[in-house]
Amino acid sequence: METPALPVPEARSAIPPALRGILPVLVALPVLALFQWVTNESPFAVYLLSVMGVNIILAVSLNIVNGMTGQFSIGHAGFMAVGAYISGVMSLNLKEVALSFLPVAASDQVLFTLALLVGGLAAAACGFLVGLPSLRLRGDYLAIVTLGFGEIIRVVVQNTDAFGRALGLSGIPQYSSPYMIYFWVFLTVLVARRIAGSSHGRSLWAIREDEVAAEAMGVDTTGYKVRSFVISSFFAGIAGGLFAHFVPIINPGSFTFVKSMEIVVMVVLGGLGSTTGAIVAAIFLTLLPEGLRSAFNLLGTESTLAQKVDQIRMPIYGLLLVVLMLSRPQGLFGTRELWDVLPRWIPRRRRGLS
Amino acid sequence: MRRLAPMLLAALAVLAAACEKKTQPAPSGEGGAQTAQQAQPAPGGETPAGSDVILLGQVGALTGGQATFGISTRNGIEMAIKEANAAGGVKGKKLAIRVYDNQSKPEEAAQAATRLITQDKVVLILGDVASSNSLAMAEKAQAAGVPMITPSSTNTTVTQKGDFIFRVCFIDPFQGYVMAKFARENLKLGKVAVLQDNKSAYSIDLSDVFTRKFTEMGGKVATTESYSQGDTDYRAQLTAIRKTQPEGIYVPGYYSEVGIIARQAREVGLKVPLMGGDGWDSEKLFELGGTAIQGSYFSNHYSPDNPDPRVQKFISEYKAAYGGVPDALAALGYDAARVAIEALKRAKDLSGPAVRDAIAQTKDFPGVAGTITLDDKRNAVKSAVVLKVGDGKTEYVTTVNP
Repeated sequence: METPALPVPEARSAIPPALRGILPVLVALPVLALFQWVTNESPFAVYLLSVMGVNIILAVSLNIVNGMTGQFSIGHAGFMAVGAYISGVMSLNLKEVALSFLPVAASDQVLFTLALLVGGLAAAACGFLVGLPSLRLRGDYLAIVTLGFGEIIRVVVQNTDAFGRALGLSGIPQYSSPYMIYFWVFLTVLVARRIAGSSHGRSLWAIREDEVAAEAMGVDTTGYKVRSFVISSFFAGIAGGLFAHFVPIINPGSFTFVKSMEIVVMVVLGGLGSTTGAIVAAIFLTLLPEGLRSAFNLLGTESTLAQKVDQIRMPIYGLLLVVLMLSRPQGLFGTRELWDVLPRWIPRRRRGLS
Repeated sequence: MRRLAPMLLAALAVLAAACEKKTQPAPSGEGGAQTAQQAQPAPGGETPAGSDVILLGQVGALTGGQATFGISTRNGIEMAIKEANAAGGVKGKKLAIRVYDNQSKPEEAAQAATRLITQDKVVLILGDVASSNSLAMAEKAQAAGVPMITPSSTNTTVTQKGDFIFRVCFIDPFQGYVMAKFARENLKLGKVAVLQDNKSAYSIDLSDVFTRKFTEMGGKVATTESYSQGDTDYRAQLTAIRKTQPEGIYVPGYYSEVGIIARQAREVGLKVPLMGGDGWDSEKLFELGGTAIQGSYFSNHYSPDNPDPRVQKFISEYKAAYGGVPDALAALGYDAARVAIEALKRAKDLSGPAVRDAIAQTKDFPGVAGTITLDDKRNAVKSAVVLKVGDGKTEYVTTVNP
């Protein structure tokens, strides 16, 4: 499932330099189209895949801050909320508007993309505002500031008429499709991997390993931290925007501290710093509750146990997490990527990028 | 960074191109709502016909902030289904229900509803209590053409989602009418004051309707003051109210504020009764209000003290099965399931539109929480009860019919 999303910069020398930048895009698009075609028939599969895609974007983007840079942000749901509400309100207001030179469906998608970008940029701006003062500090301060930010966003939304207050915002046009969502998944992963492999990424790793040493070597630690934080917030905003356009109603209850922790769990479970780890963990944790539901349904419709048991799904989920963290404290992959842990007979990629 | 710019440009260009591609799937997402309505009922009608079980679905908050709501509702529904099965089922088949938890979150509610519709192929969905969760489910049920009955979501927008969405409880504005009628006809009040919560759509709805109806019935609303949820000092508003010398005060808020308002009203010398809506319905009201709140009235869905034998039978059976007195949510869950079962019996087959039409015809249905008739907006036109706050418990006063 994650194959279409992975960047494929394999053929380094065989590809002319001009093509290198867009090659992954060219490879990914047909795969995504196929993906869209396959899932078109089942609304449940589409819904589940959409949730999964959004979770992947969130986990991968948070991994840029928590994994690569070694900062601890626990307010990711706040940035997601900014993106969700800004793009949601924009789409609601542009519902009746269409670009005259395009067919209606196409212009909807253009406006949707625009709304997403505005949401993402708003989240990035918030990320900048939150990050600039707090990232000058070290350690746990960022955690507290981001936590506070998430709560502020939630309370503001809850008390603003334009955002539907506690009841939430409903009637947002349902523009998100797996194609669109996985296109953004792909972009997020691409950006995350390119950052990891660049000199920018090297500086981030250096900050993560030893901030004092990095600074002594001439790394502008605050600058790098703020930049990675802004990029991460931008994608969280995009994820929120996508989320708002396939969930029938968004309300403040969806963007609580618990949601932030879910994303942190994905990153930690996958291995701090491992992009593919974050992807695998996001997929796993999205499918796990539904998988448990299926397992309980096997007990039969008649059985009252199957009914009662839907409630204990979440404790079981929690228990599995505890077991996983006890048996693999470094996460599924540690800082390595998927291809580093594959069995030997599968040809490996060069260890060029991290 | 230099590499990134052309790459992003290329990506955007391709994205724009991709939009063209989206033209085919997009209509099937929205326009599909209509086509699905015709397409869906066929499998929906066939699958249960093949087996000897009719599967219903419920989505409720079994965990999370509103867990007691979901569990009470589930108990009520379960009871109704057991009764129906004991009486021989529907169309010679047994009924079964599949319950999914939504963790009190709308996105989980939508996911669970989608799963019930497309994977389990239920003929009908029941749930949820919180209006935001019901709204999320309604969107999915309407698009798939599967009827949905919400037992206790009172927000008006829920049934506006489409013709497959019903409710068996009254809507928020109705409560304002109930209290106006009760104040005018039973309490014979001539002049009242209103104290509304400006932060809650529910409170504003109720007070607007109350003011309009009470004036129409010949009463006079002397003044309307407002507060914000979470305030702790209401003396300024109450003093202003006292100046107008009202015979009663309408406070359509939640129990958390109402308790304090009652205490402070007595402090500033207002001895008149307070009146409110179902937001008062909590054990906490007695604790917060103490003796100050005693003798006040509020409208609710149902009262366990209602002497009607139908209600007393339900209560004794519920007690035997689950222990404890059923709350309004259990009663509404029970009613919703029974309305659904009656409709399934009457429907000519089990397809979505047939069941929908059968539900829409529900008329004078004898529910535990009032007699249910569905109007053309798919809301229940039904009676509400008025309760009087006593010492640590409520007393049934009267039933107000629409």
